[in-house]
Amino acid sequence: MTELQAEQAAAVPQAEAGLQRSRYFDVLIALAAFAVLAILPMLTGSKALLDFVIRCSAFGLFATSLNLLVGYTGLVSFGHGMFFGLGAYGFGLIMQRTGVPVPVAFVATLVITTIIAAVIGAICVRLKEIYFAFVTLAFQMLIHSTILSWVSLTGGDQGLRGGIPRPAFFGIDLSNHVHLYIASCALLVIGLLLMRQIAQSPFGYTLRMIRDNANRASFVGIDVWRAKLTIFVLAALFASTGGIIMALFVSGAYPEFAYWTISGEGIFINMLGGVTTFLGPMVGTVLLLILNDTVTRLTEYYGIVLGIVILFFAIGLRKGLMDFVVEWYTQRRNGPGE
Amino acid sequence: MLPLDLDALTGCLASSACLVTQTTSGFIIGMLLFLVAVGLTLIFGVLKVVNFSHGAFYMFGAYFAMTAYQFSGSFALAMLCGAAGTAILGLIFERVFMSRVYGADVLMQLLVCYAFVLIFDDVVRMIWGPEFKSMGMPAAFQVAPLFIAGGVVPPYYLLLIGVALAAAVILGLGLARTRIGKVIRAAAHNPGMVSALGINTGLIYGGVFALGGMLAGLAGALAAPVRSLTPGMGFSVLIESFIVTVIGGMGSILGALIGAILIGMIRSFGSLGFPLFTEGLMYLFMVIVLVSRPTGLFGKEVA
Repeated sequence: MTELQAEQAAAVPQAEAGLQRSRYFDVLIALAAFAVLAILPMLTGSKALLDFVIRCSAFGLFATSLNLLVGYTGLVSFGHGMFFGLGAYGFGLIMQRTGVPVPVAFVATLVITTIIAAVIGAICVRLKEIYFAFVTLAFQMLIHSTILSWVSLTGGDQGLRGGIPRPAFFGIDLSNHVHLYIASCALLVIGLLLMRQIAQSPFGYTLRMIRDNANRASFVGIDVWRAKLTIFVLAALFASTGGIIMALFVSGAYPEFAYWTISGEGIFINMLGGVTTFLGPMVGTVLLLILNDTVTRLTEYYGIVLGIVILFFAIGLRKGLMDFVVEWYTQRRNGPGE
Repeated sequence: MLPLDLDALTGCLASSACLVTQTTSGFIIGMLLFLVAVGLTLIFGVLKVVNFSHGAFYMFGAYFAMTAYQFSGSFALAMLCGAAGTAILGLIFERVFMSRVYGADVLMQLLVCYAFVLIFDDVVRMIWGPEFKSMGMPAAFQVAPLFIAGGVVPPYYLLLIGVALAAAVILGLGLARTRIGKVIRAAAHNPGMVSALGINTGLIYGGVFALGGMLAGLAGALAAPVRSLTPGMGFSVLIESFIVTVIGGMGSILGALIGAILIGMIRSFGSLGFPLFTEGLMYLFMVIVLVSRPTGLFGKEVA
């Protein structure tokens, strides 16, 4: 064994120990966040606040999963919203038509999402950036128009009406508002924790390498196509979970959940919060939902206001909010000279 | 599960009257798509950006034409307003906003366009209202339809096809033969060199964007008498013309023409045989082309 190899061999367990440590740290933060969210209903009786957090969970999972594609892999998907809609419709339909327990429907929805995402992903991920963006968008429109035209199954433009049955399981009654709230928070925290683990794993670093230089990644023996497809399907699963939360929340599913604007908003959330940090999209979600609620209360021309805000960020700032926070933090730590 | 109506399709293929009617309607769809798609492909070829807000120019073309027609009653003036208005809009849009995100990553370009899709749709809703509008067929074309082999063909359809084909020929020849065409092709190939030779590339970029916007606006103006106008009408057209450019190959005018006619025929005949799966057919066709020829039928660049 040469000296270099010995050094490398020694470095591997060290790196693994570091990974292990940061993993415990992540779990700790997740538990703390969940604890804070869980005691919130005891502190405040505000139903509106809990509703807001549930919506944040749904869109937060969706936006963070999109960041796995956009920020970590460099795949700008403009059709990620289709999996949000798919989750909502899949879950709603299974619950309405078969009456299976909630966990079974949950798993079944994820299985359906996996299959559809694998097929769409297999076609899309070999394409270069702008082609990838538009072909995913085209698939989103296909799913949206299928939902609109397949009236006998999906209810067409009326959406899934009549409510989604939510039978209690393991003592959890999702038709109870606080139970639904706790379940959404749990799904959000578990989802974020899992995505964090994906992002920090060797696979996550492979994705960053593909983003920075796909040719190089393929020269060192990485199957780029397979890695991209894997992350495409994984991201779809989390987006679908977001859709399931949304379906549970509104007790229905509407074609808007699968419309392209959801994808556009997801992209903007990522921009707003910043794609360079893991929690950027989560911050972006909270900001966009607050903006959304304020603007729709003030004017019916929501699009103009949102459009101007987007322009301000895309042309003016060119960075997300968390990017500024990180910059400010490193500057403070390194002293003003840096 | 799939609603099939193959009898209607075979029945139509057997009758010459139905065949003529469906083919013309396929051509109408195809030609409108071509005008939008060729602008998209031209802008992509030269500026290397996909104008995600291109559908909005189609929408503005239609609304401008309707308003001009209501004020003047002249069809020619309506077409002119539709085309010229969107050309100016395209020039301003490119110079003020798009030119700031060249070279930035795709995310920024998509976001700027996304912002304008939202803004333009709301502007139209503000000015013309959210309800469906219609321009109505101009009096000059309210004449008895022609009968070709038993099929009904309104004269306006012939005009529409003629205008679009003329645009294709002028564009193709203009790019291939004229001096400006050569400069545009050179700028697409190597803008740094063109700029070093003393040509204002910013002007070329703005001009190409205005031309693309004008073609989309012309398509909207031509469509105004036969389609209903609504805010957001541009978006489905945008998606379809993107499919056209993917099938034909990004950057190829001939590809856009062939792709548009293929999509038009798929829509027209597909609506007979697969009434609920017409859009699905279109996507299916795109997927087949993408998998077998990722560069499109006439594309050279590797996608």
